[in-house]
Amino acid sequence: MYLWLLAVGLTLAFGVLGVLNFAHGSLFMLGAYAAFTFYGKIGLNFWLSISLSLVSVGIIGAILERFFLRHIYRLDLPYQLILTFGFILIFDDLVKMIWGGVAMIPPMPSFFEGNLFILGRVFPFYNIFIIFAGVAVAFVLWLILEKTWWGRMIRASASDREMASAIGINIPFLFTSVFVFAAMLAALGGALGTPVRVVAPGIGTAMIVQAFVITVIGGLGNLKGAFVGALIVGILTSFGILLFPVFELFIIFVVMAIVLMVKPEGLFGK
Amino acid sequence: MAELLRTEKLRKYFGMVGAADNIDLQIKEGVLTSIIGPNGAGKTTLINLLTGNILPDSGKVFFNNEEITHLPTHKRVKKGICRSFQIMNIFPKLSVFENLQIPTFSLLNQSLSFFKPVRRHTDVNERVEKLVNEIGLADKKDHPAGTLSHGDQRLLEIALAMAPEPKLLFLDEPTAGMNPVERVKVLENIRRLSGEKKSTFVIVEHDMDIVFSLSDRIVVLHRGQILADGKPDEIKQNEDVRKVYLGEEILWEKV
Amino acid sequence: MKLKIFLLIVLILFLLLLPAFVGKYILYMSIHILILSVFALGFNLLLGYTGLLSFGQAGFFAVGAYASAKILLIVPSLLLGVTAGVVVGGIAALILGYLCVRHTRIYFSMLTLCFGMMIYSLAWKWRDVTGGDDGLVGIPRAPFEIPGIFSINMSPMGNYYYFVLVVSLIAIFVLYRIVNSPFGLTLKGIRDSENRVAFAGISIRNCRLLSFTIAGLYAGLAGSLLPPLENTVTPPIAHWTTSAEPVLVTLLGGIHTFSGPIAGAVLFYIIKDFIVRFTQYWLIWFGSIVVLLVLVFRGGVVIFFTERIWPLLKRMEG
Repeated sequence: MYLWLLAVGLTLAFGVLGVLNFAHGSLFMLGAYAAFTFYGKIGLNFWLSISLSLVSVGIIGAILERFFLRHIYRLDLPYQLILTFGFILIFDDLVKMIWGGVAMIPPMPSFFEGNLFILGRVFPFYNIFIIFAGVAVAFVLWLILEKTWWGRMIRASASDREMASAIGINIPFLFTSVFVFAAMLAALGGALGTPVRVVAPGIGTAMIVQAFVITVIGGLGNLKGAFVGALIVGILTSFGILLFPVFELFIIFVVMAIVLMVKPEGLFGK
Repeated sequence: MAELLRTEKLRKYFGMVGAADNIDLQIKEGVLTSIIGPNGAGKTTLINLLTGNILPDSGKVFFNNEEITHLPTHKRVKKGICRSFQIMNIFPKLSVFENLQIPTFSLLNQSLSFFKPVRRHTDVNERVEKLVNEIGLADKKDHPAGTLSHGDQRLLEIALAMAPEPKLLFLDEPTAGMNPVERVKVLENIRRLSGEKKSTFVIVEHDMDIVFSLSDRIVVLHRGQILADGKPDEIKQNEDVRKVYLGEEILWEKV
Repeated sequence: MKLKIFLLIVLILFLLLLPAFVGKYILYMSIHILILSVFALGFNLLLGYTGLLSFGQAGFFAVGAYASAKILLIVPSLLLGVTAGVVVGGIAALILGYLCVRHTRIYFSMLTLCFGMMIYSLAWKWRDVTGGDDGLVGIPRAPFEIPGIFSINMSPMGNYYYFVLVVSLIAIFVLYRIVNSPFGLTLKGIRDSENRVAFAGISIRNCRLLSFTIAGLYAGLAGSLLPPLENTVTPPIAHWTTSAEPVLVTLLGGIHTFSGPIAGAVLFYIIKDFIVRFTQYWLIWFGSIVVLLVLVFRGGVVIFFTERIWPLLKRMEG
């Protein structure tokens, strides 16, 4: 589920801005650290922590876009990937500097502790919450894109940037806002993940490749695809662990390779 | 005269637009053919179909009686079909000489040879020297192609198309954007080379002067179909052709 | 031109005489620089000359390393180990390349990333063959020998340095010839104007495949030189972050020049070594340098030098 949020942010950034952001995983990680700091260290309310972490990462995203990404839109792919890779390095170390390199385990908010018994299986309460949260976010996302004026602008720009700018859409502002939104999605993923996952440097990097897999399978720039892609990857991972415990990672990449070779635009791509 | 190229009911639709609509065309060896028609008639599409840039929806293309309908571009070049582009397709960062070396190496099947340095390949270099002199760019042969004047770049474009020594050469608006002096130069070159009978030229052109002074045969395209096909005099008299060029009456009258 | 040859000879002499006046640590670092140079040079054939960005080169590097390691664990012959690494790397590149080159830029890059990570997951999980996340250990720095003719002990760092140096110089020379051959010219053509190359009668796919295979051979070679140095091989060398190394290094030195990757490799290690003395957080600095490079010095250091500084120097003397 966190993977999905990350993937959605990634695919959104690519679809509208045309930039493949390697450092998106780092934004995820920053979201996790921020939430951990607000909630675990300072002891703020859980919901408040998440909101604050969203805001802080959003600001970082804005700075990234405004001052750095803006210059590489017209550049070739290699430069984009390399620039964003540079940021991964920076953020990884930054995180080590501020919080230390040790993996930390954040506490679980008390009202989420405990498990639910469904169909004879144990489901941690939190996981159920995550699922609902995911669905809620998906719904909100859909609402925003279909119903709001901003959403419509995004969709317009995604399909034809020049035309959009010609009819007066303020592209720079739109781009910044989209990136900030994508960053916040990633941060949300990271933040929501804190109670059940370890917070450590490099968690973003570990996930970014799988996020790539999802976006490719679903189609770069396609949100519906990202959702389906995440589902597929999730299912494959679970089955993989069951059936081929050694090779579950391998299988994901095989699927990605097959999709790339057969229908590179992804399952839902144009 | 041998038949070089033949199409049978060639069709290509882009959505609802018939860029090529059941075209039956024969190109005979040694006959300099011009393809004309108003904008959007499907001239470039036809060339794309014949040279392998795009594939047809249906229909067949034969070259020397061999079917090449689905053959990829580079294989068609090896068979002897080549083209120049309307939009310049030279190698801007390489020198003029290097530009022409690339197709020449391919001609001699040495493109993948990777040990001997380029300058030691005397056979290739001799041919390129000759080509550069023929086309009149000898004094600029070491300049990066991107720095040449527009007219010279067009000359290079044509030379690049000629380098593989094709039997059938399509020139897509070879004089587009040239000034009269350059235009004459290109004309002379085409006339001479056509006279040498090494390649058969098929030219897409808008400039009626060139078309009528150069061609042995003119094919008129309109909305993806062949409207008229014959010797320049016949075409001049053709009522349908005049109708189609209605807006360009003045141009027509001049001829 | 004469000046260039003179400088080159001086450089080679310097490299040959190095063990005489530096300690083991610098030799160790130099070997790493040479390995990275070979790796990056092969990579740049793909990027700078053919215009393909591969994020999976670490896969071939790892394949070369593991192959070399496995051979060395059985037969302690350096020659055999390195040869195995090169061959296996090349074959892997040929097979995977065939699947990858039919696709265009961004999908190509993603596919290479994909295959690279597949190799990584194999390295990590296939305990029986690769030792899993423990990797392979106890790899001997086998002697360089041709049975019956001679055998040179490689344990002293200096000796191994010479071996790697000679191998690297040969590899560099071969690549230089390749780049200046008709094939190299064809590649430059593909980079400049793909469409036109097809109309010259050349199969672009075959060219790309050949280029990819050569890059794989070089990656395999570089990888195979690693196990004897470190005596171990572990999965991280197959991770995409390792693939990023030749990318960075080439960018640093200059994508469009032959010596760019080498200059980049040297700079990479020097900068890293320098920064590490002051702070353990060298990645931040390195990342910042990368960002700076992309935004400002897009041609890389070598271009910056040849196009800005060299003319300045010339003007100063003349």
